[in-house]
Amino acid sequence: MIAAKELARHFDVSKPWLQRTLAREPKRILRAVDGVTFDIPKGTTLSLVGESGCGKSTVARLVVGLYPPTAGQVLFEGKDLAAARAQPEMRRRMQMIFQDPYASLNPRWRVHDIVAEPIRAFNLVPDPAAQRERVAELLRQVGLSPLDGGKYPHEFSGGQRQRISVARALSSNPEFLVCDEPTSALDVSVQAQILNLMKQLQRDLGLTFLFISHNLAVVRQVSDRIGVMYLGRIVELAQSENLFLRPRHPYTRALMEAIPDLEMTGRSRTPVGGEVPSPISPPSGCAFHPRCPLANDRCRAEAPAMLDGVACHAVQEGRD
Amino acid sequence: MLLEVKDLRVEFPTRRGVLTALNGVSFSIAPGEVLGVVGESGAGKSMTGAAIIGLLEPPGRIAGGEILLEGRRIDNLPLAEMRKIRGKRIGAIFQDPLTTLNPLYTIGRQLVETMQAHLPLSDAEARQRAIGWLEQVGIPAAAQRIDAYPHQFSGGMRQRVVIALALCAEPQLIVADEPTTALDVSIQAQIIALLKRLAREQRTAIMLVTHDMGVIAETADRVAVMYAGRIIEIGPVRQVVRHAQHPYTAGLMASIPPLDRKVERLAQIDGSMPRLNAIPPGCPFSPRCPHVFERCRVSRPELMPAGATDAACWLHDQPGASA
Ligand SMILES: Nc1ncnc2c1ncn2[C@@H]1O[C@H](COP(=O)(O)OP(=O)(O)OP(=O)(O)O)[C@@H](O)[C@H]1O
Ligand SMILES: Nc1ncnc2c1ncn2[C@@H]1O[C@H](COP(=O)(O)OP(=O)(O)O)[C@@H](O)[C@H]1O
Ligand code: SF4
Ligand code: SF4
Ligand SMILES: [Mg+2]
Ligand SMILES: [Mg+2]
Repeated sequence: MIAAKELARHFDVSKPWLQRTLAREPKRILRAVDGVTFDIPKGTTLSLVGESGCGKSTVARLVVGLYPPTAGQVLFEGKDLAAARAQPEMRRRMQMIFQDPYASLNPRWRVHDIVAEPIRAFNLVPDPAAQRERVAELLRQVGLSPLDGGKYPHEFSGGQRQRISVARALSSNPEFLVCDEPTSALDVSVQAQILNLMKQLQRDLGLTFLFISHNLAVVRQVSDRIGVMYLGRIVELAQSENLFLRPRHPYTRALMEAIPDLEMTGRSRTPVGGEVPSPISPPSGCAFHPRCPLANDRCRAEAPAMLDGVACHAVQEGRD
Repeated sequence: MLLEVKDLRVEFPTRRGVLTALNGVSFSIAPGEVLGVVGESGAGKSMTGAAIIGLLEPPGRIAGGEILLEGRRIDNLPLAEMRKIRGKRIGAIFQDPLTTLNPLYTIGRQLVETMQAHLPLSDAEARQRAIGWLEQVGIPAAAQRIDAYPHQFSGGMRQRVVIALALCAEPQLIVADEPTTALDVSIQAQIIALLKRLAREQRTAIMLVTHDMGVIAETADRVAVMYAGRIIEIGPVRQVVRHAQHPYTAGLMASIPPLDRKVERLAQIDGSMPRLNAIPPGCPFSPRCPHVFERCRVSRPELMPAGATDAACWLHDQPGASA
């Protein structure tokens, strides 16, 4: 249904031109996303995981057309995204839930109008009474009360605001939903409700999801496939259960190690050693090499290609 | 005790009448102790934090109770005096990083100014320390990125800067409202290790609000569970996580997604928390409680000893019930 081909997005983070010219500094380019390829078959969920700054949100924004790609392409049902988004009907079919529930709600609108906005924009339910009923139903679906429709966003707590953005995203009956950390601001009991709701909508309506989260336990519950990102690239792409049972890339294994432990077995966690390198000047060869226990000279010189779902020399050479 | 909160009550006058957002909240935190605060969205966790640091958003106001820092009341101080305490003695990490960072100043300038407001440091010393703090919270290439503006950082990196800002004046108490929610596991592990180290080595007291039970389990000494503006269970972390005594806490623990397997459907507590203007008489959890009985609907349970924790639930007030 949706496919990304060698997708890249670079940001120019240079100092202003004059300052730069005087100091004879080169342009500084930040490669937020650098050659990402995946496809999401209809009715399935692909999740992206990875450390902050690795480019997950940027991929999300590229996929719904909020950023034009620097290189590569997004295809929606085989059509180029820019062409697809020129049609309102196509825009209706893809919606996004943002990471930041504060920034994404208009503070001057009542909740009812926020949720009804896509319904009105696409003229889905023209009759006002039916429209009110539809908004009430959406609010109930996300665990709010229809009476909350009369309030403004600032009257809600963080988690409650995220539920409003979920209701708004669902209001245009989308078929493809990009969810950037949709439950990160939610408590576990509401998270369970929203995740159950997402799974049910997928079963009933065949929705397709691109799901972004840093919570691997959540990701395991919703994904068919998982892409692990590091410094703007996908380093491992696998069936969800395979990834959890047999993580192959050294970075994937390190991530699994770092998960907080509810059982409190006293196991002291091994955080992934070292720091995330700057995406402005990524390390040579495999970008993970400064932190990788398996790195060798080849890793420092040559970037590994994606082969059979993993981009790692050690795995490909069988020395993992 | 470093911090004592006694019978705190916070109200919001609205056009539709006065809402009581917090009602009878009491707890304390000792130096070097981490108190975890959990509970459903809107339960009043952030509100409790905001009341302690003196940043309740008007028209919200403290309508009853006391907040004491080292035995001295801080809930009724003049604004200027509270501003001095905030930053120097109490550090705050908010849920929303954008409200804390000034978009017009570089990260470095904000750190340097905060430190110099509270500590006697030269410009060069302060800048050096600022780089050190950025490294501590895991900002890559800190020395190069110190002159960047907030919008040039990703959400997760901004949050780490906010954490550095709260820590850099070396406060006695840190109120951290979901400090790691926007972060992924490896950075989260780093921040948690940092907070634990501060508690252990500097005896910093920490109030840690988070939805992540894994984080609570690993970091907190005690946990308070909030529901509809009240603390409904409080006790040592192991007991609360493993042997919850309040039915709401038990439901909360059951809804945590398991990491070791995929389940068809997650356990969920049906329904939602009552709105502040419609809290039922009796036990506020009674409409959703699987164990509800007659008494629950008419009379409100206060915290009472329940196993190794304190729980506000009538199940623990029966003849022969726990001691
Ligand atoms: N408008 C922009 N200008 C300059 N740099 C940007 C911009 N947007 C993103 N970046 C940079 O791109 C990189 C990826 O950002 P992105 O927000 O996509 O990361 P992320 O993986 O979602 O992180 P987080 O989970 O912390 O939000 C980061 O290094 C970030 O600083
Ligand atoms: N300005 C406001 N006016 C009225 N009610 C508010 C306001 N701000 C917050 N509330 C209500 O106060 C309660 C507690 O909010 P908060 O402390 O932010 O919750 P959380 O536990 O999610 O952090 C919620 O029911 C919220 O809707
Ligand atoms: S390519 Fe080399 S450095 Fe990169 S992950 Fe594989 S072994 Fe490690
Ligand atoms: S007091 Fe009654 S309704 Fe409330 S939690 Fe206990 S059993 Fe349930
Ligand atoms: Mg992001
Ligand atoms: Mg909150």
